[in-house]
Amino acid sequence: MAAPPRPESVALLEKLVAALSAKGILTEEEIAARQAITDRASPETGARMVAKAWTDPEYRALLLSNGTAAAEAMGVTMAGAPPLGVLEDTPTRHHLVVCTLCSCYPRAVLGYPPHWYKSAAYRARAVRDPRGVLAEWGTHLPDNVEIRVVDSTADYRWMVLPMRPAGTEGWSEERLASIVTRDCLVGVALPKVA
Amino acid sequence: MTAAIAPGTRVRVKDDWPEERGPCHIRTPHYVRGRTGTVERVLGAFPNPEDLAFGRPAPRCTLYHVRFDQQPLWNEGNPRDTVLIEIYEHWLEPVSEGRH
Repeated sequence: MAAPPRPESVALLEKLVAALSAKGILTEEEIAARQAITDRASPETGARMVAKAWTDPEYRALLLSNGTAAAEAMGVTMAGAPPLGVLEDTPTRHHLVVCTLCSCYPRAVLGYPPHWYKSAAYRARAVRDPRGVLAEWGTHLPDNVEIRVVDSTADYRWMVLPMRPAGTEGWSEERLASIVTRDCLVGVALPKVA
Repeated sequence: MTAAIAPGTRVRVKDDWPEERGPCHIRTPHYVRGRTGTVERVLGAFPNPEDLAFGRPAPRCTLYHVRFDQQPLWNEGNPRDTVLIEIYEHWLEPVSEGRH
């Protein structure tokens, strides 16, 4: 069986990498190391940060004042990543993150963005009709809770620190982290006690 | 770098459309051009992406988190809801008296 044709983009990428190596700008090893960092990142990292913030007031203060340092404290490599900002939900304020211009996403702590985050529909609707979008996720917030949409337009990346739900008293950090999903960290969902 | 605009200051986003004048890379969304908001906080200074995108020398610009009320932006929605956006200083201008 004949091998499938190689996409043009692969040939282009190989030429680019060869040119960068030839000029001594970048090595194959450096690219592989960066790929490994990117692949390692997942929403579990953000979830662990949230769970720690729920149980450790000092870490919570660090997370809210300097998200980048808080990520590094959890062993995340933030060198070369945009600064991380963390948005604190309260009983009267809920945050929802979107990037209307493209698909800026806190990859260092959440990994690759889900397809819907990059869709034109989410990007257009989250900023105009946040309550409608949340309702489609089954997230219903009372009228007296402010919804603050955070349009990630420039150099920061944003993650939500949701409120710790009732019924989780005495839980370990690991168990707490298990209810913090990717969707909670973007703000379309709330952590739920099964 | 100019002195930072203090949090709480009312600011207007320039009603400017560089897109109509030629190729550009703008991080200020269309829906707030010409709209008035409030500086929430100073986020820091970053190389101007409008230059960076074209490989030009990019001076560092002050970046702000600016808060807008949802309802005036769209003429719909919950009056409590807000939107928080990162906007560079050169897109912000002072709000003149009695103007919203």
